[in-house]
Amino acid sequence: FCLTDLFVVWFTCLVVLIMLPAMFGISLGITETYMKILLKTLEWATHRIQRASRAEEILKRSASNGEPKSAERGDFTLSDVLYFSTRGIESIVEDDVTQRFTSEELVSWNLLTRTNNNFQYISLRLTVLWGVGVVVRYCILLPLRITLTAIGLSWLVIGTTMVGFLPNFRVKGWLSELVHLMCYRICARGLSATIHYHNKQNRPKRGGICVANHTSPIDVVILANDGCYAMVGQVHGGLMGVLQRAMERSCPHIWFERAEMRDRHLVTQRLRDHVNNKTKLPILIFPEGTCINNTSVMMFKKGSFEIGGTIYPVAIKYDPQFGDAFWNSSKYSMVSYLLRMMTSWAIVCNVWYLPPMTQEEGEDAVQFANRVKSTIAQQGGLVDLAWDGGLKRAKVKESFKEQQQKKYSHMVVVTGNTPTSWQKSQFLMSCTGFL
Amino acid sequence: MGSRASSLLREEDIEEIKKETGFSHSQITRLYSRFHSLDKGENGALSREDFQRIPELAINPLGDRIINAFFPEGTNKKYTAREDQVNFRGFMRTLAHFRPVEDNEKNKDLTSGEPLNSRTNKLHFAFQLYDLDRDDKISRDELLQVLRMMVGVNISDEQLGSIADRTIQEADTNGDMCISFSEFTKVLEKVDVEQKMSIRFLH
Repeated sequence: FCLTDLFVVWFTCLVVLIMLPAMFGISLGITETYMKILLKTLEWATHRIQRASRAEEILKRSASNGEPKSAERGDFTLSDVLYFSTRGIESIVEDDVTQRFTSEELVSWNLLTRTNNNFQYISLRLTVLWGVGVVVRYCILLPLRITLTAIGLSWLVIGTTMVGFLPNFRVKGWLSELVHLMCYRICARGLSATIHYHNKQNRPKRGGICVANHTSPIDVVILANDGCYAMVGQVHGGLMGVLQRAMERSCPHIWFERAEMRDRHLVTQRLRDHVNNKTKLPILIFPEGTCINNTSVMMFKKGSFEIGGTIYPVAIKYDPQFGDAFWNSSKYSMVSYLLRMMTSWAIVCNVWYLPPMTQEEGEDAVQFANRVKSTIAQQGGLVDLAWDGGLKRAKVKESFKEQQQKKYSHMVVVTGNTPTSWQKSQFLMSCTGFL
Repeated sequence: MGSRASSLLREEDIEEIKKETGFSHSQITRLYSRFHSLDKGENGALSREDFQRIPELAINPLGDRIINAFFPEGTNKKYTAREDQVNFRGFMRTLAHFRPVEDNEKNKDLTSGEPLNSRTNKLHFAFQLYDLDRDDKISRDELLQVLRMMVGVNISDEQLGSIADRTIQEADTNGDMCISFSEFTKVLEKVDVEQKMSIRFLH
């Protein structure tokens, strides 16, 4: 009876102990205990770090930079460039947009090397703790989590395929939901995800559209742990494709070929057809179109809001102290991202279900989208930005600069109704986050 | 377990930048993080494209001129390895113009004479936004160029021309139809340049 056998037995026990209760939605308290120990450790570490060094310094922008002059005529003066140049330099030092596409910086270190940006060597004890952490995370937690995820995904494929063979419609639907839920619950355990759901009475219903802010592909697992959704997305090859086809067998999802996605009318029509069928599961859509770092909500693309139907907004906020869930797709591939997820301490997040919203009279899709976006931002404590998440890769449109130029022109044209110098300085001072 | 980005910045460099610009140690490391995050090519220098990736700067009507200020004419090897790249020292040197002027600094002894964020140097920065060819004069054409950048297509050539003419008339004292640096300074003598061209870098 050698050591490896012992290890295998212990390992299997652990997997079963975590997996089985997860499948049926009950908890044995293992994860809770783990989280408690983790919290205590991190608090102690934080305390040590703060004792040793001063608090982090932050750069802030200046609030305003001008006082009203006397009531001279407000047309062009040589000093107008000062406003534009100061604003420009401010945006070089710190801007609202580019910071959203990299991971949020932590106020105090959480004993993961990857978040160690500005923290220096503090003490031996802390280093030892960090070393222990590395061993625990890579040698114990990682294999455990990989096993659980593998089991979860295999179960998804097998289970949905089996359900797909069933003829009876009503039982089939119920079983399909059960299979999906179990699989996602196992996967959630595979990430050590602790999710707190709020306002469950507002959960998305059939025939509706669920919209949420997007931080990572894990968002799907987080949401699907508590309800069943029809997924929307592009058809992939490889493992993803296998999963997609399997899921499709047991209940209808909406997968688009790459070419189809360019045809907006086709996309909208298919989504509309799905939504109008009140027996089908609610669609899950992320209107930002890309992953943002969970400190802000960026522009919601209006496409989802033109389908009609009831919108169920959901706000997802991760706690960065335990693990950074943001997927920086320009820096990490999907596989290395998942590996980072599985070697974090845990994924802790809050999910708020918000009351359903519908488009109002006289409100167009863009205004509706902005209204929903503000609601989500407010609930999740996120900054509400009007900037497009697509700026991660694309250049900003010229039309925004033209807007700025137009506003300035109205100020300096020498007409009878020249604004006063003070009005002009007020405008110029407000010239920053103009959107 | 040191930091990653700032480990590429040596202590001697920080000291030199401190002397030249007047920024504090923590401000310099903080700005180095920012420099590093803007440097997508990871080659220790910023190009014009790196700056233009900042949306708020890209939509600023004077964005291109501001970016230009980081790439001075003639390659001073301390600040630019190539003409179209600026390294961290050059980056800090330009930003230093926007440091607030503190009272206790008025008598500070810096190696390069007047501090970079003095009123004169701030004014000179603004002057060079206009003076593209660096001949120490703002000609009517140069003024028109900047005006055109700020108003876009919304004002006609004639109107813009008359605004330019009026501005030069009011500023020009020696009759050469250009604005020299001293004339420029005179026009702005009542403007609180120190405050308008300062950004708060908290430390």
